[in-house]
Parts: sequence; C-alpha cells; structure tokens
Amino acid sequence: MNWLEIGGLDDIPPLGARIINTDNGDIAVFRTGKDEVFALDDRCPHKNGPLSQGIVHDRRVTCPLHNWVISLETGEAGGADMGYTRKYPAKVENGLVYISITKETLAK
Amino acid sequence: MRALEELLKVAREKYDITVFGAEPYGNYNRILLSLVLAGDKTIDDIMLNDEQWYIDNGITLYKGKKVTNIDRKNSLVSTEDGISVYYDRLILATGADPFIIPIPGAQLPGCISFRDIHDVEAMLSVSKEYKKAVVIGGGLLGLEAANGLILQGMDVTVVHLLDTLMERQLDKPAAELLKLSLEERGLNFFLEKETEALIGEKRVQGLRFKDGTEIEADLVVMAVGIKPNTDLAKEVGIYCERGVVVNDTMQTYDPRIYAIGECVQHRNATYGLVAPLFEQAKVCANHLAEFGIARYEGSVTSTKLKVTGIDLFSAGNFIGDDESEELFFKDAAKGVYKKLIVKNNKIDGAVLYGDTIDSTWYLQLMRDGTDITDMRDNLLFSQAHIGDSGHGETSHIASLLDEAEICGCNGVSKGDITKAITKEGLFTLDEVRSTTKASASCGSCTGLVEELLASTLGSGYSATPKTKPLCPCTDFTHENVRTTIITYELTTIPAIRNFMEWKTPDGCHVCRPALNYYLLCAWPDRYEDDAQSRFINERAHANIQKDGTYSVIPRIFGGETTADQLRTIADVAKKYKVPTVKITGGQRIGLLGVVKEDLPKMWGDLTNAGFVSGHAYGKALRTVKTCVGSNWCRFGTQDSTTLGIELEEMTYGSWTPNKFKMAVSGCPRNCAEATIKDFGVVAVDSGWELHVGGNGGVKVRATDLLCKVKTSEEVLEYSAAFMQLYREEARYLERTAPWIERVGLSYVKHRILDDTEGREALVDAFLASQKQAQVDPWDAHANNPDKRAYIPIKHVEMEATKKISRGLR
Repeated sequence: MNWLEIGGLDDIPPLGARIINTDNGDIAVFRTGKDEVFALDDRCPHKNGPLSQGIVHDRRVTCPLHNWVISLETGEAGGADMGYTRKYPAKVENGLVYISITKETLAK
Repeated sequence: MRALEELLKVAREKYDITVFGAEPYGNYNRILLSLVLAGDKTIDDIMLNDEQWYIDNGITLYKGKKVTNIDRKNSLVSTEDGISVYYDRLILATGADPFIIPIPGAQLPGCISFRDIHDVEAMLSVSKEYKKAVVIGGGLLGLEAANGLILQGMDVTVVHLLDTLMERQLDKPAAELLKLSLEERGLNFFLEKETEALIGEKRVQGLRFKDGTEIEADLVVMAVGIKPNTDLAKEVGIYCERGVVVNDTMQTYDPRIYAIGECVQHRNATYGLVAPLFEQAKVCANHLAEFGIARYEGSVTSTKLKVTGIDLFSAGNFIGDDESEELFFKDAAKGVYKKLIVKNNKIDGAVLYGDTIDSTWYLQLMRDGTDITDMRDNLLFSQAHIGDSGHGETSHIASLLDEAEICGCNGVSKGDITKAITKEGLFTLDEVRSTTKASASCGSCTGLVEELLASTLGSGYSATPKTKPLCPCTDFTHENVRTTIITYELTTIPAIRNFMEWKTPDGCHVCRPALNYYLLCAWPDRYEDDAQSRFINERAHANIQKDGTYSVIPRIFGGETTADQLRTIADVAKKYKVPTVKITGGQRIGLLGVVKEDLPKMWGDLTNAGFVSGHAYGKALRTVKTCVGSNWCRFGTQDSTTLGIELEEMTYGSWTPNKFKMAVSGCPRNCAEATIKDFGVVAVDSGWELHVGGNGGVKVRATDLLCKVKTSEEVLEYSAAFMQLYREEARYLERTAPWIERVGLSYVKHRILDDTEGREALVDAFLASQKQAQVDPWDAHANNPDKRAYIPIKHVEMEATKKISRGLR
C-alpha cells in the first residue's frame, strides 16, 4: 500500500477532524476518543455536507447539515438513511498520520 | 412479544427463550384488524414478527400448540400433545376472549366475534355471499367492525343496549355527532335494544329483541366486550380475580411467573388497549433483565376510532363529577365538539369530535398533571390555532388525502407516514422519525405526526412519555443531569458520563452540546468550553450554509450603525469577494458565502475596526431589534434605541439554551415587533412594558406580559434576571416559549416579580457569567496563530489522483 504522511496526530483534536485537500476534493481525517484515525471524503452522501465539521462520537460522525450519522469505519450512513461516503485506509505510526490514496480506493 | 423485543434490547444473552402460541400464526398487530376488514390492509401488512424473526433471534417457537399445564413445583410447562419445557421465568400473555352473550342461537353458524384473523376471514367470506349484517355492540370494536362490513358492501345495522354509542369513551353530544356521520355513511342504528335470541335453523337468519321486534340478518357480529383469559392460571392455582392479579413489576402471586397484557388485573384495573400493554411489556422486560428499577403504575388510556374520515378522541374521566368543571365548545354546523373536564386546575378527561388536532397535547397535559391555570383562556383553541407556518389547513388530519404533505422540511406525505406505520409496525414518534424522517428536522409537524400515529394505531398509540431521557446515551432526563452537575460538582463532560454511567463512550451529537452548555452555565468561571462538543456553527463562530461556506454577521448594537461601520463592512465584503450581502431579519448585515479559510482574516479586519462577533450562529443572545423611538419618531414616547443598545451591551455574548432574541419598541405601535421576541420591551408614556416568551418562526407565539416598570434601569435588571432564570432552568434547545408553557407564567412571575432577593441573585449570577462570556471569539481566533481548524493541514497533488479524477469525470 502507498502510505502518504499527512501530519501529526497532534494536528487533529481528539473527537475532531482536519481536512487535506486534493485535486479530487477534500478528504476529512478523523481522530476518535481512543486516538484511532479514519479518512473519508469530506462529503456527506446526503447533500454533500462537510463531514469534517461534524460532531465525532465513538466511530461515527454526525453531518453538520442534516444530522445524518456516518460510520467512520465503513463510510455508510446509519439508521434509516441510505448512502455511502468513500473511505481511505488510514493509520497512526509514531505519532504521524498516514492515509493511502490509490487508484483502487478512488475507483470505488 | 413486545416484552421479548424489549428483553432482547436490554439483555439479549440472559435467557434462552421459548414461545408457545395457540394461534397458527406468528404475532400480528391485533389493533389493525379492523383495517384488514375495511380492505385498507392485508394480513401480511399487519404481521409484526414472522417466523424468520424468531429464527434470527434464537427463539424457539411452538405455534398452534396450546399449553395445558404448568407444573410450578418442577418449573415445567407442557402442551396437550406432550411437549414439555423447563423454565426459570415464565410470562403469561394469554390475552382475552371475546364475550359471547349467552342467548339462544349464539352458537349458530353466521354468528361470530371480532377478535382474531379467523373472525376477519369469516366476515370477509360471508360478505361475498350475503347482504345483511348486524353488529351487536355500539362500542369501539363494534363500530369498527360495522364500518368494515359496509365497505365490503353489506347492509349493516348496529344494535346497542344503551342510548349512547361508545358510552365508555363518549358523552352524549359527541355520540350524537358520531351517530349522524355514521348514518351518512349508510349505517343503521337500533339503540336501546336488548337482543333476546338469534333466530335461524341451519344458520343465522335474524334477531329477536326483548320488546318482541325482529330484524333479518345473514351475519351477526358480537362485539360486546372481552374478558381476560385466566383459564390456565386458575387451573394451576395462580391467584386471579377478573384477571390474573399482578404487582407493579408484573409478577403474579408466584414470583417466578409474570403476566402481561389483556389477561392481567393490575391495581384493580384491566386493560383492553395496546398502549398500556406496551408499558407493561417494558416493565416486565426490565425486571427480567434484573434492572429492577421500572415499575408499572397504571395507564392513562385514550381512544381513537379507526374509521377513515372520522376524527374522534377520548381520554380519562370524560363525564366529570361533582368536584370537576367542564370547558366545552360546540359548532354543530362544522361538526366540531370539544369538552375538557378540569379538576384542581388539571385536565382530568377530554372528548373531542371533528377536530382532534390537539388530542396529543391534551393527553400530554393529563399525563404530566400540568397546571392549566395560565392557559385556561385559550385551552380549547390552543396550540394548533397559533399559526404553524407551513401547516395551514391541516387540522382535520383524518380527512386529509394521502398525498397531503405533512413534513414540509423532508417532503413526507400523509400516505408515506401511515404506510410506514402499518408496514414497518411503528408505534412511537421516534420510530416514525427514524424511518420516514417526518418531523426529524424542524419538528414543527411533530403534533401532526403524533396525530397520524394515533389515528392509524387507534388505541395502540402511546404518547411520548413525560420524562424523556436526554438522549439515547442515557436514561436520565435533562433535569436529572443538571441537578447532578451541581450536587456532585461535576465539571467536565467525561466526569458526567462516568458518574451517570452513560451507555456510549463519547456521547452523541445530541447530548454533548447539551452537557457542554449545562457545564458552562453551572461553572462560568471554571469550565473550559469543549469545542468538539459544540455544533459547527458555534465552533467556527459562523453559520454553515448549505454549500459548506459560512456567513459572517458582525454585531451592530441595537441595529444602529454609522457610515464608517458601513464602509468597513463594504471594504471587507469587497476584499474577500463576498458573493451576497444581506440585511438580516434582526437588523444586522450578513456576509454570506465566505469560505472557511477566509474566516480568521475577515474577523481580523472586522475586529480591528471595532466590531465584535454578532453571535448570529449561536444558541446565544442574538440581536436587540429597535425602532427609532422618541429620538425621531413623531409617535415615540421613549428612547427605544438607546435602551436597545444598552440591553445588547449588557447581554451580548451570553450563551443560552436556545437562541434568544430581544426587541425594544418606542411606543405601543410596536414597530420593532417586540411581542414575538423572547424578551420584548414596549414603551408606554408612563414607562416600559416587559413581555416574555414570544417567537416568530415555525410556531408563532405572542409574548405574555411579565410586568410594567418605570425606568430603563429596571428594564435592564428584569431582563438580566429573566435571561438567567431561562439559562438555569430551561432544557437545552428549549426556547423561552415552550419553556414558559411548560413551567407556567405564574412560576416565572413568582421568581422574577415576587421574590425580590431571588431576582437580585439571578441578576448577580448573570452579570458574573458575562465577565467570561464577553471575551470576543472573533478577536481570539483571528489572533491565534494556530489556523489548523480553518485551513487544510496538507495539500496533496498526485499523478494518481489527477488521472483518476479525470477518468471519473
């Protein structure tokens, strides 16, 4: 896998998110209460709300526009809502955060 | 079954579950049987748990197996054909049997009850061959059966012993109206008739009454009531009276055996409606899971008739007695009748006919035991008549077409909602919200959705309980949490979650902002605001827009600005290429469409010119709207602008449970619209009138007059006290209007007007918290070198992404 360093874990507040921008739109990188990291497109499947600005709880984020709850693990909308946000592999190593953007992940 | 669902929810692993059922089906929604008869639903539509459900949940189902013995000594149940199963705990849910009048001919073919799927199937098949039907019993069930048979093309006559239909739910005037509209539908009535015998040889051919008269009938439906089925319990020596006697935890006299549902007698009452059964199921499941905190204390029951196009509601003691008073309203031409029974300033019972839009509200007031003194004047005209925007003309919900839009935010129609209720087996407001999204956004149609639940489920509907938990993460209420924060000096969100045993690790988007606010309000000088528990608007100090950009609205005190201020705003708008500049509803200037990266820079430019944040994004003091007052206006009696500026200078920056708006008008012409604000001031020649608890928006509510004061110093004092009381006692996200309706204006008056020391203490607390609150967030953020919250932490440019993105386009 092609890991790309995007910054330190300290750059992201616990239960928060930061964004990185790419030629293909913004990617939101989330940090949970247990210091796990997850990366999703910064677009809610509902009406493209910026997920990075939502409230993070457990391994989920609530979209700031209409309160859809998106799983950070799968990118899928929860409850009765149907939809999917593209996710990227992400990891923390020695305090640094890496994500992987490959043709395979983008093609999904 | 409901008890098992509840049990699976709370303690899935605790028991191996076996179910015995005498009927050859899974379980279905019995209260919707009349809709199957009316042809609105099929049997499949009303199945609740099919066999797959039992398999999925690891439950052993013996259907069509009748339990004939319980060996209590050895904890063993056995069926007639010899299946035996040991139990640790046993639930009896044997239900009730239809009461068959013991008259000659009652056993003839063509005479049936209205109780289960067999009965409905029998009625449907008879209706294809025969024409004349008689329903004995003019109660809820009888009328629903009669309506269904008419829709199947039969001639239907209802025979009733008394002179009032549905006498257990309706008073005479309402019953008269009901009879009229049912007659319009083609039903015939024989009232005050006692049936002596059914006549016929091979099958039913007619009825003979005590007075000697007879009528023809090909089908006789007996719907005169039900009696708890206690046969099995009695046989094995469990104490029964009219039903199986249980205590508040639903245990019978044998503590290892529970009983719930229609077979039960609890505190001397038996119930044939579904809502109480659900409450019992919940309590029973809780006890089985050994949580042991829940108790069943009886139910306030309400009734709706499930006949399309007839709006009818009844609850509680609707006849009244010597100690009660009646409030009523009747408009015979429109077919509307409403009666409320009031006892000790509380609603004790209600009958509504023709307009039942407020039924859920009345039921809530009854269950809560709310003192209605303050709302007595317009109780009968009430909530629905205060102009819900977006919901005009929807007060007769049962007669609305299926296409009628109920939820204007999410575009959900009446048909969508009723279909979801019956298809998915929904019973509560929350279930409808999560399944259909109706009333899940602004919530203004909540009453309508509750109405639809009630009219679709009839008596199966149980209103949202009085004490609602703060959110699904906890069973505690807002009030529990606030008291605990103070009593145990909890000062952080994790501390609250630990101490109060939250069910989720981090809380959720509902509880976190609430807890953050409660802590901020409780400990203004100690609590460090948790940005991650703020909704984005308050975290970014700007309003997020639908495209993810933000609006920037600087504070303009009292709405009075200067040429220099306007020039600064114009320069900033140009410099950052702001696409839209808009005068807002609260007399401020909004710059809309700002990208997040620009926010700190814009704030810097604005604060350098002396502006502070306008808090247009917050659950906070928003704006104080003013008119020009006696400075310029030929009608003005007082200087409203100066007072408005003083008010805003004192209160800006304050966080409140929900947004808080003020206005000051310089004369009773009230150009600043002060009487639809949270706190409104209207000048009169002799001083100022103070108004509270108003709002525009979804549900317009005009203010209540709090008091009149003489000086502008007093206005400031009373406004600070009122705001602080609201800050300390309203639930998070509750605006002043619903808060005042909940606690009552008398209470607010008592705290602010009668209790002088209390008022002064509130003012002191407010001013103390303002010391921390008036640190300008824009200034702080603009000067903070850490901009990671506003700009991307990394820019990635890669061949891979480029190629792919081109490919994707």
